[in-house]
Amino acid sequence: MAEPVLRMKDVSKVYRVGDVEVVALHEVSLDLHAGEFIVLLGPSGSGKSTLLNLLGGLDVPTTGEVDYLDHSLSDGGDENLTRFRREHVGFVFQFYNLIPSLTAEENVALVTDIARSPLSPREALALVGLTERADHFPAQLSGGEQQRVAIARAVAKRPDVLLCDEPTGALDVVTGRLVLEVLERVNRELGTLTAVITHNASIAGMGDRVIRMSSGRIVDIATNARRLPASELEW
Amino acid sequence: MVRLAALDLKMFRDAWHLRGQVIACALVVAGGINSFVSLSSVNRTLAASQAAFYEDNRFADAFASLVRAPEPVARSLEAIPGIAALETRVAVRVNLDVPGLAEPARGLVVSMPVEAAGGLNALHLVRGRLPVPGSADEALASEAFAKANALEPGDTIRAVMNGRYQRLRVVGVGISPEYIYALGPGQLVPDNRRFGILWMDRKALAAAYDLDGAFNDVAVRLAPGASPATVLGEMDRVLAPYGGAGAYDREDQLSHRFLSDEIAQNRTMARITPSIFLAVGAFLLYTVLTRLVQMQRSQVGLLKAFGYSGARIAFHYLQLALVISLVGAALGVGTGLPFAGHMLALYAEYYFFPMRDHGAVLPVGAVGVGLAVLSAALGAVPAALKAARLPPAESMRPEPPPRFHSGVVERWGLRRALSPAMRMLVRNLARRPLRLAASVTGIAVAVALLVMMTAMMDGIRHLMQWQFSVVQREDIQALLVEPRGNRAFHAFQSLGGVVQAEPFRLVAVKLRAGHRTKRGVLYGLEPDGQMRRVVDGDGTPWALPPEGLLLTAIFADTLGVRAGDRLEVEVLEGARPRKSVPIVGIVDEPIGYAAYVSRAYANRLLGEGDVLSGAYLRIDDDAREPLMARLKTLPQVAGANLREAARQQFDAMIERSVGIMIAVNLLFAWIIAFGLVYNGARIALSERGYELATLRVLGFTQREAASLLLGEQGVITAVGLPFGMALGIGFTLYFVWMLSTQMWRMPYVMTGANLVGAMGAVAAAAAASGAAVAWRLRHMDLVEALKARE
Repeated sequence: MAEPVLRMKDVSKVYRVGDVEVVALHEVSLDLHAGEFIVLLGPSGSGKSTLLNLLGGLDVPTTGEVDYLDHSLSDGGDENLTRFRREHVGFVFQFYNLIPSLTAEENVALVTDIARSPLSPREALALVGLTERADHFPAQLSGGEQQRVAIARAVAKRPDVLLCDEPTGALDVVTGRLVLEVLERVNRELGTLTAVITHNASIAGMGDRVIRMSSGRIVDIATNARRLPASELEW
Repeated sequence: MVRLAALDLKMFRDAWHLRGQVIACALVVAGGINSFVSLSSVNRTLAASQAAFYEDNRFADAFASLVRAPEPVARSLEAIPGIAALETRVAVRVNLDVPGLAEPARGLVVSMPVEAAGGLNALHLVRGRLPVPGSADEALASEAFAKANALEPGDTIRAVMNGRYQRLRVVGVGISPEYIYALGPGQLVPDNRRFGILWMDRKALAAAYDLDGAFNDVAVRLAPGASPATVLGEMDRVLAPYGGAGAYDREDQLSHRFLSDEIAQNRTMARITPSIFLAVGAFLLYTVLTRLVQMQRSQVGLLKAFGYSGARIAFHYLQLALVISLVGAALGVGTGLPFAGHMLALYAEYYFFPMRDHGAVLPVGAVGVGLAVLSAALGAVPAALKAARLPPAESMRPEPPPRFHSGVVERWGLRRALSPAMRMLVRNLARRPLRLAASVTGIAVAVALLVMMTAMMDGIRHLMQWQFSVVQREDIQALLVEPRGNRAFHAFQSLGGVVQAEPFRLVAVKLRAGHRTKRGVLYGLEPDGQMRRVVDGDGTPWALPPEGLLLTAIFADTLGVRAGDRLEVEVLEGARPRKSVPIVGIVDEPIGYAAYVSRAYANRLLGEGDVLSGAYLRIDDDAREPLMARLKTLPQVAGANLREAARQQFDAMIERSVGIMIAVNLLFAWIIAFGLVYNGARIALSERGYELATLRVLGFTQREAASLLLGEQGVITAVGLPFGMALGIGFTLYFVWMLSTQMWRMPYVMTGANLVGAMGAVAAAAAASGAAVAWRLRHMDLVEALKARE
């Protein structure tokens, strides 16, 4: 097997809330490989988001090591982490996080302007099937369309890693499936390492590997023999 | 223990949470209330004290001086319809030798009003006693003069009275409604060291000046409803045969004129300054509360779900505004009252009259608090209504994304030229045009305040620079008791220490054009004179015409005349000739009612031969002391004005009074600029924290994210600065017009340094507040900011 793109080794994350220490992650180790589609499952508070934040360079571990290829993300400092996010990571959030004052195309351009060899904003929108809505502002788009713009924005820089936190959480089944199809397509066509956090166990079928978490620990890693296409998912 | 209602607790905690903005708003409100309380309080004190002193001490309504009239002429005056009371007096100008003062001082000695007869212009004894009737050497000194020269009852000074040395014993110190503000002849600002009023028993004074059973000055009280113009005309008619120099009413009475102008200016300031502050304060509160309600939509929904009424929730947000305004009001009243005391103490150095408690400290304070509450309510009501009207279910849902559209700029085709970041900036600004306009106006007002204050300062400096360097270039202006021939001039020339001398003729005149008349001074100067020249406000010297006169612009405006017109000149002394004289030019001179002619022409007009009223002297500095001592002993010298002393007096006055006003206004302008920019950036940060966090997650650096947020404030500031420059020029022109009194014109001086400095100062305040917000941005927790959907 190839060298992992992202590697976590004995990672713990402790938050201090007032006088209380909350252990969000407890000595987690994990390797993620190029082109993989990973599904992270677990109840609220199981540590999924914390894990994703550490993988995406939004946060640093309390103890342990997080590495991207041969770069450490554990002690990088803000500048280093910013550069990592800028050059290598795409994020998709539950609530889209589009900039309301920019059109769909401009929201994508926001990223392509600072990326090294990006897709054009039009190409990225074509990938998510939204070419015709390029000149619309977020307020003029449906939830599913907004999420697809967010995905276009995340993938336009041709990231090595695409991290999605509950991308279908705010969407109905039909729209949610549409969004998952887009993620599947990006993973397939661009070969982007994709990690999707979800509450929704039915999504597990579309991943290469399914990681289950509970109370800050990885309790199970399952490998799917066959990935289900998003169109066949039911929930 | 009493527990606050939960909603009230929430209000206080919201205030604590928003403390930066709360402080910014409170400071602006405090600035408004401070200026309102201090200026109104000073204004009321001055106006009430003036009115009370005039009333209690029976300040006369009209005045006239003359050469000499036998006492029975007073009966003829009393017979004039409209004259209710009258007091004849003896008033003479003397040269004084004050202990400790090298140069001679000048005095005006006035006979004591006859108290028993309910006399006009009654004296108010400050300390000591009044001169004993019949005493020939006792004098009461004006408080201003006594204070400046440290004279106490028991001290003696020497006076040259009618050419004879006389020792005068100061037995008391007093004030009079007639000389609240005492300006000696030829002085621009009071020099109480070198000019003072003395009161003596009339009998002794009359004897010294050969005025037994006669008078040379009269004060009149008008009957209610009497026409001043008619009475003045009648007085002139009665007094003409006795050398009457023209009757005048309070409008032309120097002390009254200055004090009333001062009070009027002060009243205008008391209206304008607080209005500016309170408008800015209301705007700041509006933005803070509107944003707060927007952020707390779900809380409002929750409260409504619990059963709180819309009115209660509206009141909750009004309460916050109220707390802010009350903090501002407390600060404003607390600093305003001591500041008023400080300003009154400054006034007391130049205006001598009993300052009375106007009895309105409480009302002024209460009105101040009321104004603060009013401005808070104006700012807070829209937000409070919005909160009251939010439907509970809707307010529990997150707010939908705000609607944006491409602005005008983009439709012009600039779209391609703008990066997405620039478009964000442009659209965010364009989305709230009213807020944008108000913010830009706020910055502009801050700049304009600074520009105006500096321009006023520069104007006064320019005026004095012009007066003391361009116009007045002599060291000493020596005045003769009465006009003398050329021998007097040769005597000045031959005084030890005099390097150069130039004679001048100075005479009081009344100029008449059609139905308009105005009193003024006619200067007869040497055409090739170097020491006193006729110069325009911009420094261009005028050549004195061989025939005709040059008139100051103020004079010309009052009379409604132009160059080429003719005037009737009525000389108010000597043989009182009246001559028709052509106006050769209008001199754009900012100070006073003056007409200039060549001395030869003046003497021809007056028909008195080759005479002079005095001489301008340039002296050898080393010989100053002996020369001064010598001048004191010359009985024909009425006094000397020292240019350097006048300039120092002026500088002292500016430093003490104007200086502090400027400093306070600088502080105010800073508070406004800082408050506006800080508040604007904080609200932008709060509204768009989520957006900025998203940008940071997408890989934007702190600097890039901060520049987007602060870029908006930068644009507001950048647009506001030049707008403020224009507004400042407008303010200055308005104030120049408003502050120009009948006596002098405030020159309009606008320098590049002023404009650049004002913009720089506001830009610096903006940068400081921007830095404060950038600091917050740097410490923003990305993960938390993304979660905070509120």
